[in-house]
Amino acid sequence: MNRLQGSGLRVYTLIYLAFLYAPIVLLPIFAFNNATVIAFPLQGFTTNWFVQMAENPTLRQALLNSLLIAVSASVLATCLGIFAARASTRFDFRGKGPVMGLIMLPLVLPEIIVAVSLLVVLLAAGVGLSIFTVILGHTLICMPYAVAILSTAFSSLDKSLEEAAYDLGETKWSAFRLVILPLVMPGIVSALLMSFTISLDEFIIAFFLAGNQPTLPTYIFSQLRFPKSIPMIMALGTLLVLMSIVLLTLAEHFRRRGVARTGQTDTGGFI
Amino acid sequence: MATANSTETGQGLRLIAPPLLYAILMLAVPLLTILAYSFFKDGYLTIVREFTLENYRATWADPIFRTILARSLMVAAMVTAVTVLMAFPVAYFLSFVVAPQRKALWIFLITIPFWTSYLVRVFLWKVILGFNGVINSGLKTIGLIDEPLKFLLYNTGSIVMTLSHSYAPFAILPIYVALEKIDRSLLEAGRDLGESRLMTFWRVTLPLAMPGVVAAVLIVFIPTIGDYVTPTVIGGGKIPMVANLIQAQMLDIDNKPLGSAIAISAMAVVAVLSLLFLFLNRRFLRVRA
Repeated sequence: MNRLQGSGLRVYTLIYLAFLYAPIVLLPIFAFNNATVIAFPLQGFTTNWFVQMAENPTLRQALLNSLLIAVSASVLATCLGIFAARASTRFDFRGKGPVMGLIMLPLVLPEIIVAVSLLVVLLAAGVGLSIFTVILGHTLICMPYAVAILSTAFSSLDKSLEEAAYDLGETKWSAFRLVILPLVMPGIVSALLMSFTISLDEFIIAFFLAGNQPTLPTYIFSQLRFPKSIPMIMALGTLLVLMSIVLLTLAEHFRRRGVARTGQTDTGGFI
Repeated sequence: MATANSTETGQGLRLIAPPLLYAILMLAVPLLTILAYSFFKDGYLTIVREFTLENYRATWADPIFRTILARSLMVAAMVTAVTVLMAFPVAYFLSFVVAPQRKALWIFLITIPFWTSYLVRVFLWKVILGFNGVINSGLKTIGLIDEPLKFLLYNTGSIVMTLSHSYAPFAILPIYVALEKIDRSLLEAGRDLGESRLMTFWRVTLPLAMPGVVAAVLIVFIPTIGDYVTPTVIGGGKIPMVANLIQAQMLDIDNKPLGSAIAISAMAVVAVLSLLFLFLNRRFLRVRA
């Protein structure tokens, strides 16, 4: 690689990163700006918007709902993901292609299609819309991400470790628990954190399936229409971005530890 | 051999049964249900289970649907072109310039904005582009303009820009993966055989990267068509896309058969276009990188 060409690409990539981060950088600026209108010039420092946010009862309810949904959906998606990842990396069975295709389909399907079709079925089956129905939907869309992360973890396992455990008298289950599970644990934690982040941020499915229960994204969406709520939403957004960054950094940390533990070379990235 | 194979199939299927069952119940059954609904009649509060093609006739005869579908396709095509063209140099930089031990960090930096509060990010583009937004008030402060620029927001261009921002990592990652798979000795061979750097890129690197580009195109194009938030927030409700139409039929107007027919029609169009795109690029996909 030509040095000059390389630095040209580097400058381009840095500008591109600036474009990617531009909206996120503005968030904290307006969250602490002492003005009800989101515009320059800035009007001085305030923490009022954070206080207003903390005192808002609907927001608290939305946060609780979102946390409950995200925890449930990430645990369910990861558990289901473990089965799929283990089966697809360990066994070569007939119909594997179509089966995995169906499980991974939500990754490319527009979310509105998932939301609309689930809504129709749930209403036809007489299931009332609630937090529970959002959990069902979020589990479905988090599952492919969990499978993708866990497949990497499972595929790097050395089969002879498992066989050694059988030779030493372990049963199938105890070999899984004592040998395989510890090796893929970083992958599991990473899948949990990733699914949690996705669920916490998901809007369309919650919008269709939550009934009259607020979640954080549907609450934010409902407030975007009211100019006087916007500074508070900026404060909320700042906290959410901070939380996502912490969760993603943890997920990346565990993913790398998993890579190191099974002795692969790191190729990087979640996907 | 046959027994070994069937036990392996049996074991594999037993193990994958829980997620498969879940995907069947929560995805396959719902998709088949809206397919069935699209052939039923709407009886206000109930669904009349009689076969009819009326919903499809009504959908395709409606000029509003055709306009909105055409707009959605155009927006998605523009977003895809912008996103993939802008992403390619970034993927190339990651694969060919960045040192191997720093690649994971760069990819992490690029994916972070993608996972952080989608709604707030989209809204912030409205803040940046709006009448009293960052660009307008910034330009006014430094005295470049007297009146706010009105062409920044509530148009197709601003929707395209916001969506390109949202789907950037979707385009970068598949192209990066394809570039990583390229055997570097092929590039040296091209250079040794007297090709210029540009021609080596054009005749060796680009064709080998095409599977990644094709994946990037589809992975951006398909979800973009169905985006709901951006046309609502950035378009100000005046520039609806297909998802807005589906939402209105399903929830506000509550005509589920017609809403299903619209959803199925849009999906069919997207599927046909995707297959056509794959077919046109078949010679690149046959190349084993």
